[in-house]
Formats: sequence, structure tokens, C-alpha cells
Amino acid sequence: MSNWLQHLPIFPVVIPLVAGAAMLLFADARRTERTVIALFATLANLAAAAALVYMASEGMPEVWPGGIAVYLLGGWQAPFGIVLVVDRLAAVMLMLNAVLALTSLVYALARWKRMGPHFQSLFQFLVMGINGAFLTGDLFNLFVFVEVLLAASYGLVLHGLGEPRVKAGLHYIAVNLAGSFVFLIGVSLIYGVSGTLNMADLAARVPALDDGDRILFETGAAILGVAFLLKAGAWPLNFWLSSAYSAAAPPVAAVFSIMTKVGIYALLRLGSLLSDSSAAGAPAPFNDGWLFGIGLATLALGAAGMLSAQQPQRLAAYCVIASSGTLLAALGLGGAGMKSAALFYLVSSVLATGAFFMLSEMIERTERFGENVLAITFESFGLEDPLDPSLPDDVVGTVIPAAMAFLGLSFIACALLVTGLPPLSGFVAKFMILSASLGTAPLETLPISVWMLWAAILGSSLTAVIALGKMGGRLFWSSEDIVTPRLHLIEAAPVAVLLLLSVALAVGAGPAADYLVLAGHSLSSPQTYIEAVLGSALSPPPSTGIEGNWGN
Amino acid sequence: MEVVYALAIGVLTGSGVWLLLRPRTFQVIMGLSLLSYAVNLFIFGMGRLTVGSAPIIDAIKQTDPSLYDDPVPQALVLTAIVIGFATTALFLVVLLASRGLTGTDHVDGEDSEP
Repeated sequence: MSNWLQHLPIFPVVIPLVAGAAMLLFADARRTERTVIALFATLANLAAAAALVYMASEGMPEVWPGGIAVYLLGGWQAPFGIVLVVDRLAAVMLMLNAVLALTSLVYALARWKRMGPHFQSLFQFLVMGINGAFLTGDLFNLFVFVEVLLAASYGLVLHGLGEPRVKAGLHYIAVNLAGSFVFLIGVSLIYGVSGTLNMADLAARVPALDDGDRILFETGAAILGVAFLLKAGAWPLNFWLSSAYSAAAPPVAAVFSIMTKVGIYALLRLGSLLSDSSAAGAPAPFNDGWLFGIGLATLALGAAGMLSAQQPQRLAAYCVIASSGTLLAALGLGGAGMKSAALFYLVSSVLATGAFFMLSEMIERTERFGENVLAITFESFGLEDPLDPSLPDDVVGTVIPAAMAFLGLSFIACALLVTGLPPLSGFVAKFMILSASLGTAPLETLPISVWMLWAAILGSSLTAVIALGKMGGRLFWSSEDIVTPRLHLIEAAPVAVLLLLSVALAVGAGPAADYLVLAGHSLSSPQTYIEAVLGSALSPPPSTGIEGNWGN
Repeated sequence: MEVVYALAIGVLTGSGVWLLLRPRTFQVIMGLSLLSYAVNLFIFGMGRLTVGSAPIIDAIKQTDPSLYDDPVPQALVLTAIVIGFATTALFLVVLLASRGLTGTDHVDGEDSEP
């Protein structure tokens, strides 16, 4: 039993990989088989993530001492081979991704999976890339997983085709290709100086670098940080984000809302490991001062974008930017308890934006058909107008009653979450960030940056209230030619599940925060992580049969 | 050798960045290709440039590391070439789709000039 559990960390990578590859064996017309495989794989992924969350909380100390699991790929010892590492932070991110993947997949089953080839396989590969990026403890392996998720996202962003998607996708792909090259330059420069790619080994070796090498290392870290900030959607590297996310198919955009958090996660992980590498703290882009300024600018851009957005989906895209900005600014300010508060905000905002993206498409159906992007897709794939009552209904599932009431309530819930108004988890998250910022110094000697953070977060929340109020009024109250859309249960349920999870996160804020506080603590004391990775030995001894052949 | 190597990377990067900023999709993909060559050479150079030394340990020679080349950057560059080539090829498809849908090869899908 315990041997089997040792292999749990690889499951979130293997399950989607096998499922995605298996679906390629079925022709596009055999939808049932593909759907069954996809649903089964996503559920298994969720189960694996839940088990990892439990194990990382020291639920089974005899299998994983200290709650950190190190999985040696191929049985190679840590600094030489590639390792996967699961700690509390990684487990939470895996869980979040699994929940988001399951809900978006169910949403996509209603209609979107049919609007282009190989949606299901690409979706599984995207999930695999995101999971791998959260798990890996090796810089180059991180690059590979980021490329896997990007390659799948290139296909998914074009899913459904149509001119707006291809235009936005062109920019998205070009920017991210350039970003990948920047990533590679940073990684290879760090390897050239330090001679290691293992993140824990790197953290142990950096303090021993001499001055000349130190400058080169800082340069490499800065270049790498630029690549992470690009993925995180930080200003001024985020102008591709709003058009790509607002043009993408809604279930795809919902999963994309965790993609920016991959960049934040990488910044957080590497920044934590490098934080005690020198007296001056972590190298430039991981350094607190830089992140704070960039975060404020990103937040301002997100708030301004929300005001200017005309379609709900573009508004949701700017919500993603604003949440990245809040996270970067909060992490940049630092201080005790800030990391766990930021993690709570991360979980809450990913759930909120994921629900918002799916909801926005259902809301757009209330506008008259043919006025939006959706119409182009239906045309190019020869699907009938889903709102035409004379046509037989070929969408699976039951139509839910009181569609307008559901849409309105969900929109209000999303607005409460995004703006951080009580009683949902968005309020708890923003409150935790603001209260953690007060803890950085005694009240009389608080630095100006704390008040800047207060002004930025409260100001952007007010802007979001205005933008969402304006949008909600225009969508639900003003127009006479509003169409009551037909919603299906499997479209409405994912949104409801995500919103209910936010409610649960607000109700169970205590236990959730406790878990995240411990995750934040382990980020503040990276020594445990480093020792776990470098001290990890194989549990079963390696087979010695081959070794005699060396040197003949 | 280092100077020539560095100059080659510099020229490739410079032309790559310039082409990347041009308004035509063909120029953009050429720029991305040149950039990927520059990055691949750069990764390779990070393993230090040596002449006449293999990256695989020879049973006859001693196991002194200074006799050998660093194999890790060579493995990295191989991965980077494959990934870079595949994603650039994918970009080419998108570029053609954009040309077909918008009727222009401008990166914004529309010509600003009359």
C-alpha cells in the first residue's frame, strides 16, 4: 500500500497524458468514447489531487515525513536527475487546477467540444502541462511543462476558429514564443554559472558564487523573472492577454484563468528558494520592491480595462489581469502572513474568474443572435442557431427553468467575488491581504507602500463595482429586445459548482486559511524544501544488474 | 573562437528582434526562427566551448572531467530545438489561417496604409 502511494505525485501528469493520447485513437466522430475517457481522466485527476492535498498536510507521516514528497524520476538522485516535489503549495495548486478542469470540461461537453478537432485531447494536455509546472523541482523541466501547456493552449485558443480568434491567437502565440526564448536564455545562463538546474540545489549553491559569477547569475535570474512575469500577465507584458482571453472559447478561457497563476507560482517558488541566497535577498525580479511596483501598475491597468470593456468576456479577461496585479503587489509588499493571504486570494480569484468566463458566454446569449463572436463559430462549423425554436434541440441535458434568474444571481455572485464585497470569499481574501499588510510594522511607523496597497486594492475594487454595475444594468435591465436564453443543466451546473465552492471557501475560511498559513510558512523557510529534495534517497534500492557493464 | 561565436549570436538576435517587430507575418516568423537559432547557440555556449572533446565518458581515457565536454547543455539544446521547431511550425499554420481569413499578411489582420 505504502509503495503504491509513493508513486502518487506522478499521477497528475500521467493521467491526463495517457487519456489525451488514448483519445487520439478514436476518430472525431466517436464522441461517446472520447467523452467517457475525458470525464474519467478528469475525475481521476481530481481524486489524485485531493489525495495529494491530504498527504501534504502530514495526513500520512509514515509515507511522507514532513508533508513533502520528492519523487525521483527514473530513480536518479536529486541534483542529477529530475525530481517532482509536492508540498502544501503545490498540492493546493493541483487541486485548484483539477476543480477548474472538471467544471470547464463539463461545460464544454454541452456544445463547445464539437466546434473543432481534438478539443478533448488538447484539453487533457493543457491540464497535464499545468500540473507538471506545479510539480516539477527542476528549472528546465519547468520550461518543458510550460511549453506543453502553451502548445496545448495555442491549439485551444484557436478552438472554434473565426477571424477574431485567429487574430488574437496570432498575437498570443507570437508573444509567448518570444517569451519562451527569454525563458531559455535565463535558464541556460543560470546553468552556465551555477552548473545545476535543480531548484533546491541551485538555492544551496548560489551563496557560494564569487562576485563575477554572482552578477551573471543575477542577470540570468532577472531574464527568467521577465519570462515568469510575462506568463503571469504583469504590466507591461500583458497586452496580449485581454484579447486572447476574450476571444477564446469560454470553457477554454476558464481554464486559462489558472494559466497566469503558473507564472505567479513560479515566481513564488523560485523567489522563496533564492530568498536567503545573499544578504540583499532574492535577485531583482523576485525582489519585493520590483514586484510591488509592477503589481500596482498591473492592477491599475486591470481596473481601467474593466471600465472600458464592452463585452462580459472581455471584462472577465481584465478581472484576470487585476487579480494578477493584486497578487503581485501583495507578494511584493511582503511581511508575515502576506504569503498565506495572497494564496487565499489566488484560490478565490481563480474560482471567480473561471465561473465568470463560463457565465459570460451564457449572458451573451441574451443578446440577439448574430451580434457576437458566437455566431461566427456556429456559421463556420455549420451548426444550427441554438436559439431557433423551430429546430430540434440536439444539445444533451435538460433545459433549466428560470434561466434569467439563474444568470442574474450568478452574475451578482461573480461581481461580489471579483470586487471583494461580503459575504463571499473575495471579501475574506481581500480582507486578509489588507490586514496582513498592517502587520508589517507598528501602526505609527507603517511605510507609505502599505497605504499605496490599500489605495490600489480599495480603488480597484470600487472601479470594479462601477464597471460590473454598469455592465449588469445594461445586460439585464435596459434592453427590450432581450432574448431569454435556453440553458442546459450541464452548462449551468459548473458555474453553480464554482460559485458554491467560493461560498464554501468563505464559510470554511478558518480551516482553509490554516492550511494556507502552513503553506506560506514553508515558503518562508525554504530550508525544509531544500533538505527534503537533496536528502531524498530511493526507497527501493536500485537494481544492480546493469552496473557491471560500465567500463568494459 | 569565443568572439566569433558571441558575434554570431549577437547578429542573429539583433536581426531576429528587428524582424519580430516588423508588421508582416512573414517577417515575424523569420524573426522568431532567427531568435530560436540564437537561443540554441547560446544554450550550447553555456556549456563552455571546447574543441575535440566528447561529451560521453570514454572507457580508455581517464574519468577526469576536464577531458570531456559538458553533456547537459547539449541535451538541453536538443530539447529546445525540438520544442522551438514544433511551436514555430504551429505558428506558421496560424499565420496561413490568418492570411486566408483576413486577406492580408499584416499582423493585425488589417492594413493601416491606404
